[in-house]
Amino acid sequence: MDPIVLFFLLGVLARLLKSDLRLPEALYEGLSIYLLLAIGLKGGVELATRPLVPLLPQMAGVIALGCVLPLLAFPVLRYLGRLKRADAASIAAHYGSVSMVTFAVALNFLADRAIAHEQYLPLFVVLLEVPGIVVGILLARVGQGAALRWGALAHEVFLGRSVVLLTGGLLIGWIAGPEALAPQSKLFFDLFKGVLALFMLEMGLVAASRLRDLRASGPFLAAFGIVVPCVFAVIGLGAGRLIGLSPGGAMLLATLAASASYIAAPAAMRIAVPEANPSLSIAAALGVTFPFNVLFGIPLYHRMAQMLFGPLG
Amino acid sequence: MQTHVRKLLVIITEAALESTLVKDVLKLGAQGYTIADVRGGGRHGPRDADWQADRNIRLEVICDAAVADAIAAHVRDTYSSHYATTLFFADIGVLRPEKF
Repeated sequence: MDPIVLFFLLGVLARLLKSDLRLPEALYEGLSIYLLLAIGLKGGVELATRPLVPLLPQMAGVIALGCVLPLLAFPVLRYLGRLKRADAASIAAHYGSVSMVTFAVALNFLADRAIAHEQYLPLFVVLLEVPGIVVGILLARVGQGAALRWGALAHEVFLGRSVVLLTGGLLIGWIAGPEALAPQSKLFFDLFKGVLALFMLEMGLVAASRLRDLRASGPFLAAFGIVVPCVFAVIGLGAGRLIGLSPGGAMLLATLAASASYIAAPAAMRIAVPEANPSLSIAAALGVTFPFNVLFGIPLYHRMAQMLFGPLG
Repeated sequence: MQTHVRKLLVIITEAALESTLVKDVLKLGAQGYTIADVRGGGRHGPRDADWQADRNIRLEVICDAAVADAIAAHVRDTYSSHYATTLFFADIGVLRPEKF
């Protein structure tokens, strides 16, 4: 089994057994800054070696995907799950947006198996992070009368630290180019796996502590958190094929579509839709979907990609 | 020692509100404030700060009674229905009244 997954399981186990293990907050913050920057840089370095214009149709397709996903999730939550409008919209926003760590685990999965993929895919992480949140806010607010402070919200959505760090990394990598960044590659590229492993330990602790919220919210959300990622992965694979990605790239896009945000979306929804219960969306995104994707989803999406494209490698 | 009576207003709430709350408090007449990250638990379940959405802050303002009332009313009307909020006052003595 992948050591990264084992680190995650260690965190889950430690929390379930009520160990006092806890990563210092400053370390967690530091690791997450590192991961976001490293992923951004990797994508940026790749962008520096190619013209951007041919990528524009792909980028438009990815943004469209980010807008469609929450629109699909919302009616399921609202009518099948019988959730309040605000809760349904908030959860839809979480599932429309993406999880950078899930993406990192999928990157690692592909790297371990030497499966080729477009190296600029981190660009898509940034593009997918924002639309889902905006659509979710609109779903909660349109026709509800209450005025929205769009200025403050735009600040929260576009200048949240994950968007700033990912975009910043992409820009630095793009402007500096591969040669200028070579002296830093030991830190930002070679150490990536180890840092990801440490971060997954923390993710295990946090995901396991979300299970108590899940117990309160019932079986619908647990089922939603597993079924919806699988459906979204199929849509992501199809979208990847449509915009001409390689099989590995399409599998990464499928993983992004299947992942749910638990950093950017909760912060934005707490401000934009305060009446939504934050523990519901975080329980589903972090307590169910994240572990599902890490343990079962990513291998499954790999399998699906093989069925669609033929053997990868 | 000669002291002057002022109100200490303490607001314990979600870290997500920090920036908006600071703006509100200054607009309503406070001359300063102090913020600390805190942990705890209550009606909204344990808020043990192990995830960003679980972070709490304690905002303290020393001001005169009228400003304290205005801030407290604003926080109650605007935030307390949807955000975990605890708010209380105390009478305290300060040495330099012009600061507050």
